[in-house]
Amino acid sequence: MTAAVTDRVQAPFGARATRLVATERHGAYTVLRCADPGGPRPQGGQFYMLRAATRWGGGADERPYLPRAFSVLRAPAQTDELHFLIEDVGPGTARLSELGPGDELLIVGPLGVGFAAPREDRRPFLVGGGVGIAPLAIWQDDLQEPGAAVLLGFRDAAHAAGAKLLTGPRIATDDGSVGRRGLVTELLTDALDADPHAEVYACGPPPMLEAVRALCAERDVPAQLALESGMACGYGACFGCVVPTTDGYIRLCVDGPVLDAARLETALTPGAGH
Amino acid sequence: MISFCGIELAHPVINASGTFDAIAARRAFGDALVEHFPFAAFVSKTVTVAPRQGNPPPRLWELPAGLMNSIGLPNKGLEGYLAHDLPELARLPVPLIVNVMGFSRDEVARLVTAFAQRDEVAALELNVSCPNVETGLVMGADPDEVGRLMGAVRPLTDKPLIVKLTPNASDVPAVAIAAEREGASAVSLINTIRGMALHPRTGEPWLGGTTGGASGPAVRAIALSQVQSVAAAVDIPVIGMGGVSHGRHAAEILAAGATLVAVGTESFRDPSAGARIAAELAPSTVAPHPSGRGLAWVSR
Repeated sequence: MTAAVTDRVQAPFGARATRLVATERHGAYTVLRCADPGGPRPQGGQFYMLRAATRWGGGADERPYLPRAFSVLRAPAQTDELHFLIEDVGPGTARLSELGPGDELLIVGPLGVGFAAPREDRRPFLVGGGVGIAPLAIWQDDLQEPGAAVLLGFRDAAHAAGAKLLTGPRIATDDGSVGRRGLVTELLTDALDADPHAEVYACGPPPMLEAVRALCAERDVPAQLALESGMACGYGACFGCVVPTTDGYIRLCVDGPVLDAARLETALTPGAGH
Repeated sequence: MISFCGIELAHPVINASGTFDAIAARRAFGDALVEHFPFAAFVSKTVTVAPRQGNPPPRLWELPAGLMNSIGLPNKGLEGYLAHDLPELARLPVPLIVNVMGFSRDEVARLVTAFAQRDEVAALELNVSCPNVETGLVMGADPDEVGRLMGAVRPLTDKPLIVKLTPNASDVPAVAIAAEREGASAVSLINTIRGMALHPRTGEPWLGGTTGGASGPAVRAIALSQVQSVAAAVDIPVIGMGGVSHGRHAAEILAAGATLVAVGTESFRDPSAGARIAAELAPSTVAPHPSGRGLAWVSR
């Protein structure tokens, strides 16, 4: 129908079954590792729609029903595995967090547009908050750039346990229990003071993304933000995942989730679902 | 093959308007989408005269076994659709049905006239779940409004005109009867059922549009009842939909008197759901409808 699509890795058509080969626990987080021999290697920043193949539904309030969107955490070389970072914050993530090796996961993906290489030889700064660190991990692998700065913020030690999923992070925690007490944007300010010739890659809760966007705009530093929205389908069918941009509403699943900060008047969007 | 208003379809499963964007899906899935297109006809998302941005987010609320949406009919508008979308959709391997909505009879007439001339369009579906800005009445909820609308647009085209009924009406069969009397070629139902949700912490409406439309398995029993009552009231073909997630649900919709079945919300869980449901449809499980209409689909 259209000319060849080159801005993303395309997905096999339809939901497909994958089997969990292992799970990992890192403080407040669970990592699901599933085997996807039929699927392509995703780009950093792309996401998948996930649901358990059994007992998806009948949880709190008879939910979940729809699949849940997760950026891929890792797609390790020489394996056919996909890894996802899960925090139990609702009926869908509760079900996903209780899965074990051998359990079946239904997935659609990879979906969306991922991160793009830094422009003008800028040094990549990977800035993450909470479960938003996930796409930065695969992007760190993809960049293969030992000089990348990794700045991660978490609310407490249980969440800061996730920092080990990236290499060489500088950490800030809200309660000061790990690393510096404060916000990850304070780490970013220091890093930009030391090296303004950077490109920022950020993912985290909306207030964090908005603070990063504003700081980068003020410093004239280019930034790519991986936004989040509640989603039903993940592939553009429902028009539910829009965020406002300078060109009007766009679907995060089709034209994102990674957006150039210059397209946004604000990154303070409603964020995840309920 | 199945015949619907003179259009030949490979099987009776189509998509519900607004639940599949074939152009976006082509970007996500590549050629496989076209090679294994999951529907026997493609119904486009509602086209309005003027471009619409749609409602502010949040637009989605997960229900027990379903979904509530307040999307707000975002679309490029008539000129944008004709210029950008129609050429792509015309290349799909299945017939194209264009769904349109106007906020006055004149707007609907303008939309019908524009598509009447296009060979790429096999049929039109009229989304009447909106107020007539001139009378304030929701067109699809009032038999007289729908009758007047059909009277105005029927002469404008020979193409099949399908009226998409709203379930948010006190007498749905009466609306269907009025549509049939004034020349509708078929009716389709159910559209989404009006609902609301509150933010768990603030108590304010969750959806940016305040109210939304419920769909998915949560509405299946209501859909089946309305399809049956409308199919019993009119002779024109009925397209039935509402919470179909398996071939046996589709068989029930056909048994209730529908000629075609549409799949909507289930596609959000699996983009190939339409093809799966068509494959699951087995004629031997269809209980015959008294009129014999439920047995239109017989060959595999």
